[in-house]
Amino acid sequence: MSETSTQREPSSVDTGTAPIVHPSSRSPMNRVLTTVVRSREIAIALALLLVIAATTVTTPSFLFSSNSWRDLLLTPAILILLAVGEAVVVITRNVDLSVGSTLAITAYLTGRLFVDQPGIPIVVVFLAGIVVGGALGLVNGLLVALGRVPALVITLGTLYIYRGLVLTWAGSNRINASDMPDGFLGLGTKTILSIPVLTIIAVVVLAVVGYFLYTSRSGRDMYAIGSDPEAAKLYGLKVRQRVVGAFVLSGALAGLSGVLYAARYGTISSGAGVGIELQAVGAVVIGGVAIFGGSGTVWGAAIGAVLLVTINRALPILGIQDFWQQAVVGALILGAIVLDRVLSARRSRKLIEARDAS
Amino acid sequence: MKFSKKRISTVGALVTSLALMTSACGGSGTIGSSSSGGGNSGGKVTVTFLPKNLGNPYFDTSDKGGKEAVSEFGGTFQEVGPDAASPDAQVPFINTAAQQGVKALVISANDPKAIGSALTQARSAGTKVVTFDSDTEPQYRDLFVNQASAEGIAKVEVDMVTKLIKDSGEVAILSAAANATNQNAWIKLMKADLAKNHPNVKLVDTVYGNDDDQTSFDKTAALLQSHPNLKGIISPTTVGIAAAARYISTSKSKGKVVVTGLGTPNQMRKYVKDGTVQEFALWNPADLGYLAAYAGKALADKKITGKKGDTFTAGKLGKYTVGADNTVLLGDPFVFDKSNIDKFKF
Amino acid sequence: MTMTRSYPAHAHPLWRRVLMTREVAVIALLVVVVLWASATIPNFSGPLTFPFLILDSAPILLIALPMTLVIVTGEIDLSVASVVGLSSVLVGMLHQDGMSIPLAGLIALVVGVLCGLLNGFLVAYVGLPSLAVTIGTLALYRGVAVGLLGTTAVTDFPFKWTNLIQQGFAGGRLPFVLVPIVVLAVVFAALLHFTSFGRGLFDIGLNAEAAHFSGVNVARTKLTVFVLAGAVSAFAGVYYTLRYGSARGDNATGLELQVIAAVLLGGVSIFGGRGALHGVLGGVLLIAVISSALRLENVTVNVINIIIGLLLVLSVMSTSLLGWASKMRRGAGVRGDHARPQKRRVTSSPLQ
Repeated sequence: MSETSTQREPSSVDTGTAPIVHPSSRSPMNRVLTTVVRSREIAIALALLLVIAATTVTTPSFLFSSNSWRDLLLTPAILILLAVGEAVVVITRNVDLSVGSTLAITAYLTGRLFVDQPGIPIVVVFLAGIVVGGALGLVNGLLVALGRVPALVITLGTLYIYRGLVLTWAGSNRINASDMPDGFLGLGTKTILSIPVLTIIAVVVLAVVGYFLYTSRSGRDMYAIGSDPEAAKLYGLKVRQRVVGAFVLSGALAGLSGVLYAARYGTISSGAGVGIELQAVGAVVIGGVAIFGGSGTVWGAAIGAVLLVTINRALPILGIQDFWQQAVVGALILGAIVLDRVLSARRSRKLIEARDAS
Repeated sequence: MKFSKKRISTVGALVTSLALMTSACGGSGTIGSSSSGGGNSGGKVTVTFLPKNLGNPYFDTSDKGGKEAVSEFGGTFQEVGPDAASPDAQVPFINTAAQQGVKALVISANDPKAIGSALTQARSAGTKVVTFDSDTEPQYRDLFVNQASAEGIAKVEVDMVTKLIKDSGEVAILSAAANATNQNAWIKLMKADLAKNHPNVKLVDTVYGNDDDQTSFDKTAALLQSHPNLKGIISPTTVGIAAAARYISTSKSKGKVVVTGLGTPNQMRKYVKDGTVQEFALWNPADLGYLAAYAGKALADKKITGKKGDTFTAGKLGKYTVGADNTVLLGDPFVFDKSNIDKFKF
Repeated sequence: MTMTRSYPAHAHPLWRRVLMTREVAVIALLVVVVLWASATIPNFSGPLTFPFLILDSAPILLIALPMTLVIVTGEIDLSVASVVGLSSVLVGMLHQDGMSIPLAGLIALVVGVLCGLLNGFLVAYVGLPSLAVTIGTLALYRGVAVGLLGTTAVTDFPFKWTNLIQQGFAGGRLPFVLVPIVVLAVVFAALLHFTSFGRGLFDIGLNAEAAHFSGVNVARTKLTVFVLAGAVSAFAGVYYTLRYGSARGDNATGLELQVIAAVLLGGVSIFGGRGALHGVLGGVLLIAVISSALRLENVTVNVINIIIGLLLVLSVMSTSLLGWASKMRRGAGVRGDHARPQKRRVTSSPLQ
C-alpha cells in the first residue's frame, strides 16, 4: 500500500528507554480496515465506481449495452500498460515523456511488418514491438543514468526525436486496417468470457510487474532509489542498473501498447499516440505515485488510468462536451498532488508530535 | 572587478546580433519586388501544391494529377503541407513559398480567412495563388478551381442518403475540420435541401472528425451511442466516410445505419463489397489537381488574370472558361456503387 | 608563523573568461550557421528571410525570456504553451463578441497573470514540485482553451491588425514585433544580471535554503517569476493569434518544448543557478535559423524536430560531460556534488 502505517511495533533492540512509538492498541482487524480505507488505491477505485454509477443512471446503455461493456474494459487497456511502465519510472524519481512517440514507432512497425512480410506470425510481431520499445527505452535509460541529466530533459528530447523518426519513416503513409491480417485485428475486439483479450493482456502485465516490484530485490531497490538517490548510492545499491531497467521496462511496455494500438484501431498514421504521455503521467499521479518517487503502486496507476479513460468517455454522455476532457485531466492531476501534499504534511506533523510527546 | 565578464559578453552579443541583422538584411530590393535567384531558372514555372494536410489519400491523388500536369508543361513541382488540417498550419509553408520565389501556389485552404495575410504577402512578392477544393475569401486568391458546384455536391449527398433510408428517419453529418470552407458550404446547402424537400428526415447532429482518421472513428462511435435511432450518416469528406464505414462494418449497426457521402473508390471498395456502404459520390481528384496546375501556369505566364471570361487550355482536359467570382468548375459529381467501383483505381 | 601568498584574482585571463563561455559558443555557432546558410542555400540571403524568421520565432523569443528566470531558480514551467493557447482563445472569443483587439489583449494578459499566479502559488507556497504542477496546469489551461472553443477557430480578425503584424520598419525588413522583443530582452537582461532580484534568482537556484537564510524572500521571488512567465506567454498568445489570423484551442501546442530546448541550448543549467540571457537569445536564434534554412530546402518539419531534439539532448549532456571532465582534471578531492557540475572560481583568500 502507498502509505506507511503510523503505528509501528517497537524495535527489538532494547535501548533501555521507553519506545518512541507505542504498540498499536487496536485489533489487527481494525488496523487492516484502517489501512484499506486510507489506501489511495481503494479511494480511486471507489471514485471509478462512482463515475460509472453516475453515468449509468443517466444513460443505462453506458454499462448495459453489449458494445459498451466491451468498450468500457477495452479502451483503457493501452493506457494501463503505459501507466504501469510510467509508474515504475516515476517511482525511481524520474519521468518518461517519450512513451507516446515509442508507441507510434512500434504501432507503425507492426503495420509495416504485416505489409512487408505477409504471413509473419503474430507472436513475432508482438516480440518485435516489445524489443524495439525496450531498445528505445534503453537509450533513454543510458542517457539518464550515464549522462546524469534529468530525465525530464532527456525524454523531452527523445519525445521529439522518436516522433520525428516515425514521421520521417512513415511520411504521410498510413497503414490501413485492410493491410493487416484479420486474426490480428480480431484480437482487438475478441473477448474471452466477455472480457476483451487486450484487457487480459494488460491485467496480466499489471499483475506481473506489480508482483515483481513488490517482492523482488530490484523492485524494492527502485523504491529506495526514488526515496533518496544519494543514500541509495552510498548504501551500495546498483542505482544505474535499476534506473536503466526502469526505462527499459517503460519502453518495452510502450512498445507492447503500440502493438495493441494497431490491433485495436487498425489504422496507423504517424500521429498515433500524440499527447498520450500526458495521460500516462496523469494516471500515475492520480493513482497515488508521488512525483518525487519512492512511493505508490502500479495498481494505483492502473486504476488511475481506467478512471481517466472512463471519465473521458462519460463526459459526452453526461452532457459535457468532450472538449473539456483535457481540463478534467489537468484538474485531477492538480487535485491529486495537492491532496498528496496535504496528507504528507499532516502525516509528518503527526510524526513530529508523536516524537515530541514522548 | 570593474568589468564583470557578463557585461563584456552582453556587449559582444549585441555587436554580433547587429552584424547578423545587417547580413540578413543584405538582400537586394524591398519586400515588394520578387526576389532573384533560387527556385526559377529561365522560364521554368515552379508550382507548389499545398493541400489541407499531407497523408490524406484524396490529396495524394489530386497532387499526383498536379504533378502530371506540371511535368507535361515542363515546370518544377513541389508538394508541401502540414500534418494536421488546422488553419494556422499552412502559413509557414506559404511564407516559404514566397521566400523561394515560387511562381504558382496551388492551395486547398483550411480556413477562408486565416491565411489571408500570408497569401497577400506572397502575391505581392510575385506568386500567383490558385485555390482548389477548398476556397479562401475571393480577395486573397487569383483563381479558384472548384470540383463541382456546391449545390450539386450537397444535392447528390442528400439524394443518396434520403433514398437509402427511404426518406424518413434521423441522420447525422460527420464532417472534416470545423473551419473548412468547402465542407461548411456544402453542409449549409444540405441543411436547406433537407428542410425544404425532405420533411420526414431529421438532421440530429453534426460532428467534426478534423480529417483525422482516429478522431473520425471515435466520433462515429460516439454518434451511434448518443443517437440510438440514427439511420444514416453523411460524411462529406473522404477521411470521415472511410473511418465511419470501418467502424460500422465491425459493429452491430452494420446494415442498420447507412453510410454515404464523398469517398475515394480505393478506400471504400472493401465496404461497398461487404454491404456497409451502398453508394457514395466523388469526382476525380487527379483531374482537379491537373486542372489547378494548368490554371496556375496560365496565371504565371500572364496568359490570364483570373477574371470572368478568361479562357485557358488545360492539357488533355481541354479548354476552360473562368466563371463568376474568378471560379473554374471541373464538372459534376459522380456516383459510385457496387456495379462500377472496380473500374476506378484512385 | 604567517605565510602570505598572493593569488590571482581569477584562475584564467580575462579573454578566456569572456570567450570560453557556453553562451559565446552558442553565438559563435549561430554566426557560423548564418554564414554557411547564406552561402549555400539559395534565397536564404533574400529580403524575406529575416522578417519571416523573426515573425516565426517571436513567441519562442518572448517566452524564453521569463523561462530563463524560471529555470535559473531551479524550477520549470511546462504550461507556457497552454497559456498561449488560452490567451489566443480569449482574444478570439472576446473579439467575436465585439470587443476591440487591444482591450481583448489586455484581458488576455490579466488571465495570463492569473495562470502564472496559480502556478507560482502551488510551487512557492504549497511547496509542490514545479514539474508536477506545470504538467497539471499544462493540461488544465489547454483543456479550458479547447473546452471554450472546441475545434472551431475564430478567424475573423480585422485585416488591419493581421497585416500590421507582417509589416515593419525599413520597408518591412524589421518587423514591428521586434520592438516588444528588444524591449523585453533588455528588461529581462537587466533584471537577471544587474539587479539584486536577479542575484536572488541565482542564489535560489544554487541553494534555496541558503538563499532563504541570507534574506532572499524565496517564495515571493518564485511566485514573481511564474507570474512573469504567465504574463509574457499571454502576450505571445495575442501576437500568435494576430500573426496567424486564427484563434484556436490547440494553438502553439508543443511550444514549451521548443522554448525549453532553446533556453537549455543557450547554456542555462537545468539544475538552476547558472545561465545568461545572451546565451538564451543565441540559442533561440540558432534554432530559428536552422529551422528557417532547412525549411527553405524543403526539409520537412519532422526532420527539423529531430534535429532540435538532438540539439537539446546533446547540449544538456555536454554541460554534464564538461563538468565531469573538469572535475576529473581538478581531482576529486573535494566532496563532489554529483548533481551539479559547476565551475569553481578561486577567489583570493589569505591563508594564515
